[in-house]
Amino acid sequence: MDMDARMNDKMNKKNSQPLSLRVPEPSGRPGDTPDFSHLQMDPAGVVERPEVGSTPYQMRDLAFRLIRVLDDEGAAVGPWNPRLDPETMRRGLKAMILTRAFDDRMHRAHRQGKTSFYMKCTGEEAIAVAQGMILSREDMGFPTYRQQGLLIARGYPLVAMMNQIYSNAEDPIKGRQLPIMYSAKDYGFFTISGNLGTQVPQAVGWAMASAYKGDDKIAISWIGDGATAEGDFHNALTFASVYRAPVILNVVNNQWAISSFQGIAGGLETTFASKAIGYGLPALRVDGNDFLAVWAATQWAEERARSNQGATVIELFTYRGAPHSTSDDPSRYRPGDEHEKWPLGDPIERLRQHLTVIGEWDDERHAAALKDAVEQVRAAGKESEAIGTLGQSRPSVKTMFEEVYATEDWRLIEQRREVGV
Amino acid sequence: MSEQTTFTDADRNDGVEPDMVDQNAAPASEATGAGVVPMNMIQALNSAIDVKMAEDANVLSFGEDAGYFGGVFRVTDKLQQKHGLTRSFDAPISECGIVAAAIGMGAYGLRPVVEIQFADYIYPAYDQIVSEAAKMRYRSGGQFTSPITVRSPYGGGIFGGQTHSQSPESLFTHIAGLKVVIPSNPYDAKGLLTAAIEDDDPVVFFEPKRLYNGPFDGWHEKPVSPWKAQDLAQVPTGKYVEPIGKARVMREGNDVTILAYGTMVWVALAGAEHAGVDAEVIDLRSLVPLDIEAIEASVKKTGRCVIVHEAPKTSGFGGELSALVQERCFYSLEAPIARVTGWDTPYPHAFEWEYFPGPQRVADALKSVMTGGR
Repeated sequence: MDMDARMNDKMNKKNSQPLSLRVPEPSGRPGDTPDFSHLQMDPAGVVERPEVGSTPYQMRDLAFRLIRVLDDEGAAVGPWNPRLDPETMRRGLKAMILTRAFDDRMHRAHRQGKTSFYMKCTGEEAIAVAQGMILSREDMGFPTYRQQGLLIARGYPLVAMMNQIYSNAEDPIKGRQLPIMYSAKDYGFFTISGNLGTQVPQAVGWAMASAYKGDDKIAISWIGDGATAEGDFHNALTFASVYRAPVILNVVNNQWAISSFQGIAGGLETTFASKAIGYGLPALRVDGNDFLAVWAATQWAEERARSNQGATVIELFTYRGAPHSTSDDPSRYRPGDEHEKWPLGDPIERLRQHLTVIGEWDDERHAAALKDAVEQVRAAGKESEAIGTLGQSRPSVKTMFEEVYATEDWRLIEQRREVGV
Repeated sequence: MSEQTTFTDADRNDGVEPDMVDQNAAPASEATGAGVVPMNMIQALNSAIDVKMAEDANVLSFGEDAGYFGGVFRVTDKLQQKHGLTRSFDAPISECGIVAAAIGMGAYGLRPVVEIQFADYIYPAYDQIVSEAAKMRYRSGGQFTSPITVRSPYGGGIFGGQTHSQSPESLFTHIAGLKVVIPSNPYDAKGLLTAAIEDDDPVVFFEPKRLYNGPFDGWHEKPVSPWKAQDLAQVPTGKYVEPIGKARVMREGNDVTILAYGTMVWVALAGAEHAGVDAEVIDLRSLVPLDIEAIEASVKKTGRCVIVHEAPKTSGFGGELSALVQERCFYSLEAPIARVTGWDTPYPHAFEWEYFPGPQRVADALKSVMTGGR
């Protein structure tokens, strides 16, 4: 063969078999029996707890494990047990119960035509509630639309949340945002965007500002498994790593991004926690339905951030029990009983079991807590609905033209006059 | 995104002689006390940031190559050495990350001034600017604001090809909640950048890079005069503010109004001179907010209007200006409004001077409107 022939041969090289495009598929679709055999899980108590000052390299294994504290019998076991006092756990349990009661009522309110939209966090309550309790209101949370538990755990008025959902005359953000896109600066709750992922690099910038000023505040952000595919998430990890920003970067892996299972975001190839490794950040992968594991992991990351050792990525492994939103119907794309059979259970039931096992809770107190939550929500609902559900009352139309800028320019003044307000 | 040195060289080799950078002008970052010295636009911008950083510990600056090295155009030169590593630093090549970090800092209470190395690179930050910074005050009911300044060199005339020449201003003027500012000379550059940093809303601050070293008027085969000969290059070393939203009448005239901004201000002046028309040349300086009163007063006086910008014609800011003039001055108009703009093509490397609106095209448009547009 001369040179030309050899080159030709090389260029025309055939594969041993034709190429094929792979599109990931979930383990179950409607009508199928849920299959969780692919999930990477550890039994409670077996994952080591590294020193807070460990290098990301030393602890990279944790990105592929699952930190769990509560075992199947309701005992708190292993090195991650935060050894919370019963009163703190009861407060957490009650906040989770209240969050669920709130969701149920507002979901119903949507069905009754009282508002245009709602999003529940069923099954994910432990995450925002525990993290909202650990950090202070001086720290800033950069939430997605499923961290209402943070507001509830911090005692933000339920009626203010409802006023926002109804866009009524007392809506704290003046009827400008889709329901549930709260903003509550005084409660350490950043304005929710609705665009996915954008808040994560902002949290890093906020944390950089605290470090720049020599203050002691830290930031915490949340993003879903699906939105980790956005560039913003990766930009955030780069900045967090480069500038050693005091921030906790949560990935709430609830398995579903509307109808796309987590494999569409790359979850079959690696864990979401492991994304941190390439950026030189420590990663913790945590059972998000285990209140105590969430607490312990967050505390670890908090200590690291507050001691100027920078950011931690936490994957919170959970399951989105509810539809994505009131506009969604999961029966069209996933097995109907997948949530019910979720191997990591329900966060409220698991903490309830633990408190019961250690003699700090019982059925009677649980029933009373449920009743109290429903009553709190009902009372708030009554108050908010008296102000008005969607369309019954609203802020003055004049406010539509306000706060676009600190000072209105001639365009807004003219346009406001055109509307006649 | 690392070809910048090529293009600063191209800039220097293209009619901009080294002596245009006034070697005698005091580096702004060393300026102390009061006084007025000649500055080119780079020095004036540097001085604005420097003075604000000295005055306000909440002001900081970062961007790609903008720290130790002081930026590919040197606008942040020596700020790190003077104010410290944490106040002027290099950022990863991530425009989204740069603007997002600035937004977070702004929400915290800082006043970040970030550099996007070329306006052509601003698109990865577009979502953060449009969906986040611009909406922050409104969507949070005033709880959170974005007092950030996004600086970026823009515009053509430097043989920068499509990735170092674009004029994307209308992508930002369209967005409620943003301010868009474009200076045309060192004095305004410093005064307006100071105002932008102090502004409580996000400001997109486009710097006409062809003017950094001299008032380029579009006659590209002639040498450019240095800034130091210009009144508008006599810049106070201390702090002053030029209000955002006020146009500057660069040349008074009676026969036709030319609306321009950035490099086109100097092209418009040259075009008017070439045509021998008594044109009133208005430097808009800020597109949002727009000085509608100045525009209206001038067009009602002259009865004619020519709009000049480098950006492509379709959906360019000239379309908005034309509509406003028509709405407000229709009964004063004696000829159709004319637009002299870049073409509706990507910015071409080999055809720089066919694309770049020059004084000849401005002169032709002026003659056309003077004869009633026919």
